Amino acid sequence: MIRKWTGLAPLLLATALALVAPVAAQTPPNVLVVGQIAEPASLDPQVSTAANDFRIDVNIYDGLVRNKPGTLEIEPSLATDWTISDDGLTYTFNLRPDVTFHDGTPFNAEAVKFTFDRMLKEDHPYASTGPFPLSFFFSSVASVDVVDDLTVKFTLSEPYAPFMSNLASPTGLIVSPTAVAEYGADYGRHPVGTGAFKFEEWQSNTSVVASRNDAYWDGAPSLEAVIFRPITDANTRVAEMLSGGIDVLLETPPDNIAQFRDDANYQVKETAGPHVWYVMLNAKDGPFADKRVRQAVNYAVNKQSLVDNVLQGTADVSAGPIPPAFNWAYNDQVQPYPYDPEKAKALLADAGAEGATLTFLVTEGGSGMLDPVPMGTAIQADLAAVGLKVEIKTYEWNTFLSEVNPGLEGKADMAEMAWMTSDPDTLPFLTLRTAAFPAEGGFNSSYYSNPEVDSLLDQARAATDPAVRADLYKQVQTITHDDAPWLFVANWKQNAVVTAAVSDFDLQPDFSLILRDVTKN
Amino acid sequence: MGSYIAKRVLAAIPVILGLSIIVFLVMKLIPGDPAQALLGSYATPDNVARINRALGLDRSWPEQYFIWVGNLLQGDFGRSYILNRPVLDEVLERFGATLILAGASLVICSVLGILAGTASAVRQFGWTDRIVTFFVLIGISMPAFWLGLLFILLFAVQWRLLPASGMYAVYGGGDLLDLLRHLILPAGTLAIVATGVVARLTRAAMLEVLRQDFVRTARAKGLDERAVIWRHAFRAALVSVIPVLGIQAGFVLGGAVYIETVFQWPGLGQMLVKAVSTRDLLLVQGGVLVAATVYVLVNLLADVAQATLDPRLKA
Repeated sequence: MIRKWTGLAPLLLATALALVAPVAAQTPPNVLVVGQIAEPASLDPQVSTAANDFRIDVNIYDGLVRNKPGTLEIEPSLATDWTISDDGLTYTFNLRPDVTFHDGTPFNAEAVKFTFDRMLKEDHPYASTGPFPLSFFFSSVASVDVVDDLTVKFTLSEPYAPFMSNLASPTGLIVSPTAVAEYGADYGRHPVGTGAFKFEEWQSNTSVVASRNDAYWDGAPSLEAVIFRPITDANTRVAEMLSGGIDVLLETPPDNIAQFRDDANYQVKETAGPHVWYVMLNAKDGPFADKRVRQAVNYAVNKQSLVDNVLQGTADVSAGPIPPAFNWAYNDQVQPYPYDPEKAKALLADAGAEGATLTFLVTEGGSGMLDPVPMGTAIQADLAAVGLKVEIKTYEWNTFLSEVNPGLEGKADMAEMAWMTSDPDTLPFLTLRTAAFPAEGGFNSSYYSNPEVDSLLDQARAATDPAVRADLYKQVQTITHDDAPWLFVANWKQNAVVTAAVSDFDLQPDFSLILRDVTKN
Repeated sequence: MGSYIAKRVLAAIPVILGLSIIVFLVMKLIPGDPAQALLGSYATPDNVARINRALGLDRSWPEQYFIWVGNLLQGDFGRSYILNRPVLDEVLERFGATLILAGASLVICSVLGILAGTASAVRQFGWTDRIVTFFVLIGISMPAFWLGLLFILLFAVQWRLLPASGMYAVYGGGDLLDLLRHLILPAGTLAIVATGVVARLTRAAMLEVLRQDFVRTARAKGLDERAVIWRHAFRAALVSVIPVLGIQAGFVLGGAVYIETVFQWPGLGQMLVKAVSTRDLLLVQGGVLVAATVYVLVNLLADVAQATLDPRLKA
């Protein structure tokens, strides 16, 4: 039998060699291959809800306005300029002329109206192409009217200052009405915008390909095409980068950053984003009803060590509910609570809460939650050091949300949470107001209530002058820092690794991925 | 035989229907819903209600279930809440990929497992047996996802011989050779555990057969040892190995879930994991339905093959 096999051996060897032939230089010249964290759900910007989808959307579409690269300040995009009425209720936009969608149809006021009406009006002929989960970003829009072909007017039902930053968010990207009509419910797999890259094809769970839009109004990109590859497993994503299968690696696991940093073939990019990672503290029942106990845990936890050791430098220590990425509204007078276990013990003694037992809800994963289980365990250990007994309950993400969102009362003392937002208003407005208690339909699951903060947030929402708004948010930060409704922990820095061949690649603070200026040798 | 197959296929219908009820109930009973998965931290009661209304999830459970069955009978599997596309399109696309992966591993584990098992049974307690048993036990004991990562690091990162993940090259490629190159690592990893199981069972079955009278008779007749083993003993042992292969088919389909995740293979398993975590009920139903049907069919095939091989079962 052995003799028979030997005859086959050269053939087998030849086949094997043919199969394992050269693999080097897998990514083609002038085409950027991006390793994404998951398959996109939809490329309809009003249907998308995940950062993962938005990273593709922002390259295919434009909005009326956009964030100036590197900041969260508004600059013109498809609108060249705009006026806001004194009562803050009417926004009139002049649109950029001579812009066409990738399908050749003109961009105009009708397209803007179509985009917003489809999302906001349940009786719109294309409302069935939804659902549009984030349409509430624009719930204050009462009507969108076409003034002329290149002028469009938004009328709000109440003054709503975050309106402009919501327009700059991916949910405000403008779609081609003709394409929506053509593809109907399948539009999300046939996206048509005005963006720097034109959608080419989507192979399920393999790739999304977009090619250069030579007619792009802001200058055609240098890259010939971009290929987005979903690679869910973080270890596999790293392996693909190391084996040359991708040019851009998104959301690198903290453990692997150092390896890339030390290698001249790669560049590590980092940008702090509008992200807040915190532990909410139940202010209604249990020990945290006492402000001193809430302050005590802020002193007791060594945030710097969490950020350095658990998150391995992929985040900064946070000081409050508004992240520094909103530089225009950030109060840099407010410093993070220092690590001071002695002070924590003293505060606990004052409040008579020494040796209290606390229930802590922890999630296994979830959007923006970083490393929730090791973070939870490290916090538990720091609190044990000041004599607090913390019992952790771990849940899968969706289960976790359905435990936490209805409120912590009678259930737990503390719970992990993270938010990524497009405006400084969003997080405090949804999680720190009295009118945002779970029973009122908000996310204030830990029942923080301070009439002064309520009033400041309401005023800020109505103020259209950015300087006035900024001042109001700065006051909110000072008060909430002292009230300590949360254990303030971290602001995540988005990271990406790119190969040495890639130039002009920068991460944006809004966590989008702008590729129009990127080049590759 | 024809009526036997027909009977078996008919018997599978209540099994699959029952399964769909279980899947439906389990998905409804676990906390969280698609609206929450879509909205993430923005899942206010108002927003959740708005999405549920749009998805038809505000109806009663039995109503939802019967609507689904009604549509299914007309060949409509519904639309995935999360992927915004027809469930059938997604499932069929994914299923093809899984079939290639699972099929390749099944072939590898059957051929290697049977050869190794037979070889070690023939030389029981000899060196071949010891070496085969050693490797088989290592194969069975190793967690496949870990082994998969190890293979990626060796073959793709270190030696750059094979692609690390995916089913086709994203640029160029797309032909059979490209597919095979992408298939080697995941199919090999998935097959390793199953090969061990098949080898162990083949060895046991062969040992039992080799002690039987007809084998002694064959040898007494002066038949060549190779003929005794392959023509007589092996054929008899195969009868008890084939149902095991049917069960292994289920194993590789199940194992595909994590192998597909490690190797980013665009298959059904990976889809199901995501569908469950996003509470995408219709997608889970569609995927489970297809997987269960295949499992039933493969086992039917195994039974038919067994009956063909074993005259005693041809009643």
